[in-house]
Amino acid sequence: MNNTILEMQHITKEFPGVRALDDVCFSVIEKEIHCLVGENGAGKSTLMKILSGVYPYGDYEGEIIFNGLEQKYSTISDSKKAGIAIIYQELALVPELTVYENIFLGHEIMNGLVIDWNETIKKATQMLKKVGLDVNPTVKVKELGLGKQQLIEIAKALSMDVRLLILDEPTSALNESDSENLMNLLRDLKKHGVTSVLISHKLKEVIEIADRVTVLRDGKTICTLDAHKDEVKENVLIKHMVGREINNVYPKRDATVVDEKVFEVKHWNAYDPAIGREILKDINLNVRKGEIVSLAGLMGSGRTELALSLFGNPRKYHVNGEMYVNGKHVHLKHPEQAIKSGLAYVTEDRKGNGLILIQDVKQNITLANLRAIAERGIVNRNEEVVASNEYRNTLNIKTPSIEQKVLNLSGGNQQKVSVAKWLFVQPKVLILDEPTRGIDVGAKYEIYTIMNRLVEQGMSIIMISSELPEILGMSDRIYVVSFGRITGELSAKEATQEKIMKLATD
Amino acid sequence: MSFIKNIGKTVRDNIRDYGMFLALFAIMIFFTITTKGVFISPRNISNLINQTGCIAVLAVGMTLVIVIRHIDLSVGFLAGFMGAIAAIAMVSWHFPVWVVIPMVLILGILAGLLIAFLVAKMGIPSFVASLAGWLIYRGALLLVTLKTGTIIIPNATYNAIGNGYIPDLPGVGILPGVHKLTLLLGILAVVIFIIGDVRDREKKKAYGFEVSTMDIFIMKIVFTAALIMAVTWVMAGYNGLSWTFVIVLAVTFVYHFITTQTVLGRYIYAVGGNPEAAELSGIDVKKITYIVFGSMGMLAALSGILYSSRLQSATTIAGQLFEMDAIAAAYVGGVSAGGGVGRVTGSIIGALVMMSLTNGMNLMGIDISSQYIVKGVVLVLAVVFDVATRNRGK
Ligand SMILES: Nc1ncnc2c1ncn2[C@@H]1O[C@H](COP(=O)(O)OP(=O)(O)OP(=O)(O)O)[C@@H](O)[C@H]1O
Ligand SMILES: [Mg+2]
Repeated sequence: MNNTILEMQHITKEFPGVRALDDVCFSVIEKEIHCLVGENGAGKSTLMKILSGVYPYGDYEGEIIFNGLEQKYSTISDSKKAGIAIIYQELALVPELTVYENIFLGHEIMNGLVIDWNETIKKATQMLKKVGLDVNPTVKVKELGLGKQQLIEIAKALSMDVRLLILDEPTSALNESDSENLMNLLRDLKKHGVTSVLISHKLKEVIEIADRVTVLRDGKTICTLDAHKDEVKENVLIKHMVGREINNVYPKRDATVVDEKVFEVKHWNAYDPAIGREILKDINLNVRKGEIVSLAGLMGSGRTELALSLFGNPRKYHVNGEMYVNGKHVHLKHPEQAIKSGLAYVTEDRKGNGLILIQDVKQNITLANLRAIAERGIVNRNEEVVASNEYRNTLNIKTPSIEQKVLNLSGGNQQKVSVAKWLFVQPKVLILDEPTRGIDVGAKYEIYTIMNRLVEQGMSIIMISSELPEILGMSDRIYVVSFGRITGELSAKEATQEKIMKLATD
Repeated sequence: MSFIKNIGKTVRDNIRDYGMFLALFAIMIFFTITTKGVFISPRNISNLINQTGCIAVLAVGMTLVIVIRHIDLSVGFLAGFMGAIAAIAMVSWHFPVWVVIPMVLILGILAGLLIAFLVAKMGIPSFVASLAGWLIYRGALLLVTLKTGTIIIPNATYNAIGNGYIPDLPGVGILPGVHKLTLLLGILAVVIFIIGDVRDREKKKAYGFEVSTMDIFIMKIVFTAALIMAVTWVMAGYNGLSWTFVIVLAVTFVYHFITTQTVLGRYIYAVGGNPEAAELSGIDVKKITYIVFGSMGMLAALSGILYSSRLQSATTIAGQLFEMDAIAAAYVGGVSAGGGVGRVTGSIIGALVMMSLTNGMNLMGIDISSQYIVKGVVLVLAVVFDVATRNRGK
């Protein structure tokens, strides 16, 4: 019964200055769910890009055997034809097209020479139902949140005849219930004969769903564990991934909160003229010195919109209400003023509005606070190198050099650059929007440690997160946001997953 | 052995940067041979540089406009119109030349800001806004030259900008027939360059950074110094530095400095690389748009001054197709249409490449129709080279 459907042998792949994969062997059995785990930059995405033909035959060493035949893909469509569908870590939808157009992009349903739109919409609706997504297929993709876009990607993959489905961190942007849906979906597909390879940093879901797990570290295969032999356990995985044990996922911190309000908003309302709707209603919140306050809630509850409206309102919502930073009443008309008054905002969408992908690591790190390393408007590039290297070391950013373009970094390391950029601003209030999205356990621990260190130094942090354990593990206080309103405030002591979920769906 | 290897590596790493230089070099050698040396004669080189001037300054401004993902089609006729305004100011209104030049430059800035206003404030695509500008300035140019036709500019000071040369040192007897001040300036430039590079290297060392090996470092200095001296020698052998050359050098220097060394420059490239991320990083994208279009307008006015003074007149079709030459020069010089990528110096080289082609083919007596075709092919080749080497860099 144990039919090997895929065999990747002795795969080696080099980029200028990096050996991303070093003699990697990876095999997948038919109708299993095979998880691929490893630290940021371990080479997971690269391996899957080789499998799907993004890096064509000849660009790497080693061989791929799929369905018993050696494969030499030169484009993605070659692998598609063979029945391999991949959903990339960085979403690849066309924002200006509708949901149904996106789902069938590249394999349109034809009626003679023209596209059969009626049939397309009908099929698209079925696909959406299959992935458990309740949206109108005729809306444009850009109007949907990241989580929903992710499900559309999956619907798109399913709309083709797929035998091997590869998902590169599909749940990093999903909340718990959506992730749960997705896991059920994968089990369902497995019953229908689809094999999946799942890359994830969420070890809980890996343990829950995997038949087997392969661990990569520094471009090498460390081991393959079998769940049916009871080999897949969290501490075992972590040990193989990072090469050491991490016992406590959330590092301890001493009480750091000082009873002094550093940031406060009162009666904050926002109206988004672009969609013609009120998006925030009567928000009241405050953050004290040295405090970590979380905004919990479901995807699309308005937390990111709240952060943006506070951070100089770049989307030009119509806002009213009062905001105080360090007790001073401020009116922030632009992110520039927000930064000056002591705020910083790490966006949830590092690729879209967080980083400048075509620029290098150091330019990204220093951009939001260039004046700190400039004199009379002239950038001191030596200082820039020093500063960037410092952050590269503290955050352990994996890159051959700080002159590397951010585009060429692994997803998790891009996230670290994004965090580094805002730490360099040295704000009083740091707003983190999904700060550990796509980050490995080791690096998560590092980021949490840094958050603790920052609040110990007197900084205040507002963290937006869709991961309840993270919220419970890191916060001093929690606001729950639902449909643009704050529906509850919980202290760290009284908060539980159930209480938060209940308030979040209010 | 390791020296050779080092050179090989340096060349490979910088093939994109030197590619256009090499192309320019090849084109120059080609024309020198086909014209039996006429092309490389000091007189022609001097002429070539003066011809290039008005496109080169436009290309510099256009580089930044394209970097921030916009385009400005209006600059050609804006240059023509500004030249005409300068002529009228001197001829009809009897303004002194020292008033006319700043006035025209300021008018240019205002014209640029107007487009920026339409783009940044009203949200009109720059292609459309500047196309409207193209029409309007073309009409305006025709209007002001309607009664008189071509306006002859009698002012010798003004005309020297496009035709004159810097004065020589008086009373130095040595080296007859050689322009001493030019030579002196050339030597000065080399000295400043060497001091700058050595200082930079020392500073890097002080920070404990890795620096290029000594042999490579010296080779680079010798090479650059030789290049500067060669150009200087050719110029000094004729009439010395032309004012146009001085102006283009100054513009290039200032813009190169701004784009590579300053906070403003960083902001411009950040806006081009990802406007949303730039905005969230506290950069006022609108302000940058105003600055870039304002500078473009000023350079268009400068281009108009260079052109009208070179012709010693303002004509009814002055500036026609300048914008296209400037855009082509920028693309040949490695500016990317995707935004966020492109160098000022690259665009200057691009302008020189395009002008060398025109000049060389004119000398060879090649028909204008074939000239256009050749230039089109070169444009495509340059961009293909650029795209190919860029992907390889990944
Ligand atoms: N196009 C590229 N050019 C240069 N280096 C690259 C490129 N793509 C990836 N790399 C490097 O290869 C290594 C592996 O990257 P990869 O994206 O496969 O990591 P990953 O395991 O998917 O990490 P993550 O969990 O952060 O997504 C990294 O060190 C990365 O910097
Ligand atoms: Mg990855």
